[in-house]
Amino acid sequence: MASPAAPLPAGLLTRTLRLAQSRRFPWVPAALLGLVLVAAVGGERLAPHDPNGLDLSHALRPPFWEARGDAANPLGTDNLGRDILSRIIAGAQISSIVALYAIGVSGAVGALIGMISGYFGKALDAVIMRVVDIQMSIPALALALVFAAVLSPGLATVVIVIAVTYWTWYARIIRAEVLSLKERDYVLLAKVAGCSTATIFRRHLLPNLLNTLLVLATLQVGQVILFEASLSFLGLGIQMPDVSWGLMLADARAYITNAWWAITMPGLAIMATCLSSNLLGDWLRDTLDPRRRPL
Amino acid sequence: MTAAPSTPAPPLLKVEQLQAHLVLRRGVVRAVDGVSLEVNAGETLGLVGESGCGKTMTILALLRLLPRPAGRIVGGAVHLDGTDVLALSEAEMAREWRGRKISMVSQDPLTSLNPVFTIGDQVGAPFRYHGLAQGRGAVRRAVRAVLGRVRIPSPETRMDHYPHQFSGGMRQRAASAMAIACSPRLLIADEPTSNLDVTIQVQMMALYRDVQRETGLGMILITHDLGIAAGLCSRVAVMYAGRIVETGDVRDIYRRPAHPYTQALLGSVPRLGQKQRRLQAIPGQPPSLIDPPPGCRFAARCPRRMARCDEAYPPDFAVAPGHRAACWLAEERP
Amino acid sequence: MLGYLSRRLLLGLVSIMGASVLIFAVSRLSGDPIVLLLPVEAPPALIAETRKAMGLDEPLWTQYLIFAGHAVTGDFGNSYRWQTPALTLVLERLPATIQLAAAALSFSIAIAVPFGVLSAVRRGSWFDTAAKAFALLGQAMPSFWVGLLLILLFAIRLNWLPAFGHGTWAHLVMPAIALGWYPVAAQTRVVRSAMLDVLDSDYIRMGRAVGAPERVLIWKYALRNAAVPLVTLLGVYLAAMLSGAFIVEVIFAWPGVGRTVVEAVFSRDFPVVQAGVFFTSILFVTSNLLVDLSYSAIDPRIRHG
Repeated sequence: MASPAAPLPAGLLTRTLRLAQSRRFPWVPAALLGLVLVAAVGGERLAPHDPNGLDLSHALRPPFWEARGDAANPLGTDNLGRDILSRIIAGAQISSIVALYAIGVSGAVGALIGMISGYFGKALDAVIMRVVDIQMSIPALALALVFAAVLSPGLATVVIVIAVTYWTWYARIIRAEVLSLKERDYVLLAKVAGCSTATIFRRHLLPNLLNTLLVLATLQVGQVILFEASLSFLGLGIQMPDVSWGLMLADARAYITNAWWAITMPGLAIMATCLSSNLLGDWLRDTLDPRRRPL
Repeated sequence: MTAAPSTPAPPLLKVEQLQAHLVLRRGVVRAVDGVSLEVNAGETLGLVGESGCGKTMTILALLRLLPRPAGRIVGGAVHLDGTDVLALSEAEMAREWRGRKISMVSQDPLTSLNPVFTIGDQVGAPFRYHGLAQGRGAVRRAVRAVLGRVRIPSPETRMDHYPHQFSGGMRQRAASAMAIACSPRLLIADEPTSNLDVTIQVQMMALYRDVQRETGLGMILITHDLGIAAGLCSRVAVMYAGRIVETGDVRDIYRRPAHPYTQALLGSVPRLGQKQRRLQAIPGQPPSLIDPPPGCRFAARCPRRMARCDEAYPPDFAVAPGHRAACWLAEERP
Repeated sequence: MLGYLSRRLLLGLVSIMGASVLIFAVSRLSGDPIVLLLPVEAPPALIAETRKAMGLDEPLWTQYLIFAGHAVTGDFGNSYRWQTPALTLVLERLPATIQLAAAALSFSIAIAVPFGVLSAVRRGSWFDTAAKAFALLGQAMPSFWVGLLLILLFAIRLNWLPAFGHGTWAHLVMPAIALGWYPVAAQTRVVRSAMLDVLDSDYIRMGRAVGAPERVLIWKYALRNAAVPLVTLLGVYLAAMLSGAFIVEVIFAWPGVGRTVVEAVFSRDFPVVQAGVFFTSILFVTSNLLVDLSYSAIDPRIRHG
């Protein structure tokens, strides 16, 4: 029952390093995501001002390149005088946390369910896939709204809602992979040798699913950020005093006539992060599975 | 080239030193590297050679349908019915020549027919685009007629069917119908039978023979199957590594092959009754066409290789009337 | 073909039924809707009475069956807020949502197809690069941000279009563009990729070999084949579009189901939330069925099994 799979953490690191050295590695998107991560870890310590620091005397300052602007607030301030750059950094932290937990939970749960469904097949598979179909027949945001109606808004709710909405993607895709994997020789041999199902999952299936999971997770980062921004924009997601880019956009809507930067900057942050994760995810998919063509 | 005493009619197709390159990332592939051939009206020229020797590229060049943007014609001349084909504009090629004076049947009938259009629509296309039938009724009649010529039963109903509803042999007939619809002067068939059952092959060959007899069209038949070539062609050109290495009357070539490559090809075909313990394959691989050797390209695999063969590429020597071979060994023959 | 359709129909029905269970279950997650309806200090007798009156003292199974039974007859209960049947509220607003979604879809196809085709035909040109860049960016921009930017530019700065409301086609333009933005980007990529594949195919080469003009080859023979993967993916984009419609309706004050549901969520108006999401689901399943239908219309191989 010797397994070729190396212990997970080291394997992942060498794998990542090797990837980064490949040709056509998307440096700019990766660097941008790296910045977001740095913001996530550093948080408010990195921000030039307190993201929630009101300063009404400096309210509605445009970005520094405009006439009334000031380098102290490079991207301007909102209607309560809060520095937009600092809020964007704080929002990066929130987005990272949400993405990390939501993708982590939905990925783990979805992958496990997908593995069970694909591996055991038959009635269990049929039932699980029916549930997946049913959930996917409700548009994501609509479902999220139903949850939001019963749970009180906040960071935890957002993570739960997103996790519950997105697990189905992992389940479907992992199940499809497992369907083909389970016919491979090493799996059959492991079964014959008497390996427990848990062992088979852990040592034989999971290492081969890592690539797919990695690609999917990276592509999901953009989706999750968009989704969280949508929820927060509607007021059902992140709440004050936490900062979210979506929430910033919702606030700015009220004084859109006076402050174009308040609408533009957070949106650019969302777009840049989403774009970077899409590009990185696409590159990962092409690199890890050259048979698949980019769409 | 020796001329017969009574001047024959000028050839329908005259290709002189045609050169076509494929510009790829790894280099420039000289796919067609100086090919000359002739086809007369009413006769079939077989173009024989192994995969990758440039047969398909040659005929694509004749139709000016080289894959874009990598493929380009870089030299030589092609004259069809006296017209310089390479000098025509793209619009003229499409309007007057392709499908009208010169047309093609591909190897795989499944992929050469559009799956989401009816057979009637596709076979009717050449009629519509060359103005030979106007209006729905006239086009349908023309389609019915040509489908009948290729012996597809119940053409009136079948032309409203889709390619996936036809069998392989029927599909190839339909594709042939597209090619002969406007009675072309030259038909190029690229291994038209290699994807079909042997029995269907026989039928297709009979069909092409009949069409040729009816219309007097000239045909180029590409094949790697020497048996098919023997059955249908009056003359054969053997191609290797982008060049023609031997041309001649089909009987001459089969009885007295002059080029070692032709000899090897013929020798590698198993014959009934022959006692052989092993199939004679030709050892080695064809040379790369990105950087071909200066001498004879077959030299590395040739059992009768001489020093001279590596130095310079042999010119076409006359072996017999109408029979030429590009081999230094042929120089010695009378 | 009929078998294929009826199977899809059956699956759709099962999906809708399952959706109703899901929606019901989730909306009961909070445990006790009473808590949200009555003030905290309400006397226990009032709580018990209200609970009984609303049928909330029954076990969950029974509650669901009652709910489902009523739903089938079209009774989703009355809106807590407006005291009118939730169903009426939702159905009144459904046409506006359908109108918006249809406009966005038409917009997306009308742009994506020509852009995708031209991008593929002129592969490597500046047009292709620009189209690819636009598609990449477009897929990263949230629809509500696009909506806000459109308002900023066209309503506030240029004053060309109205920012809110409903009525004339001018009101429809910006919401449709905002909603269709992501699908345009995604579909342009699909069309481009599909066309590149198709243009490389043997049958297109055969079409050239019989002398078909390039224009006909591209727009008739190639495009019909490229449409197949586009239609296949349409179902996925529909879900995204219906989700997006919720937010776009809020931004532009578009009187559709989405805006109503969002408001109902804030006012804890469960019947309306349930009815609204349920009908969104029906809308989604129905449009998927329509997409399947058109798929078999385009690709004859599906029709004949």
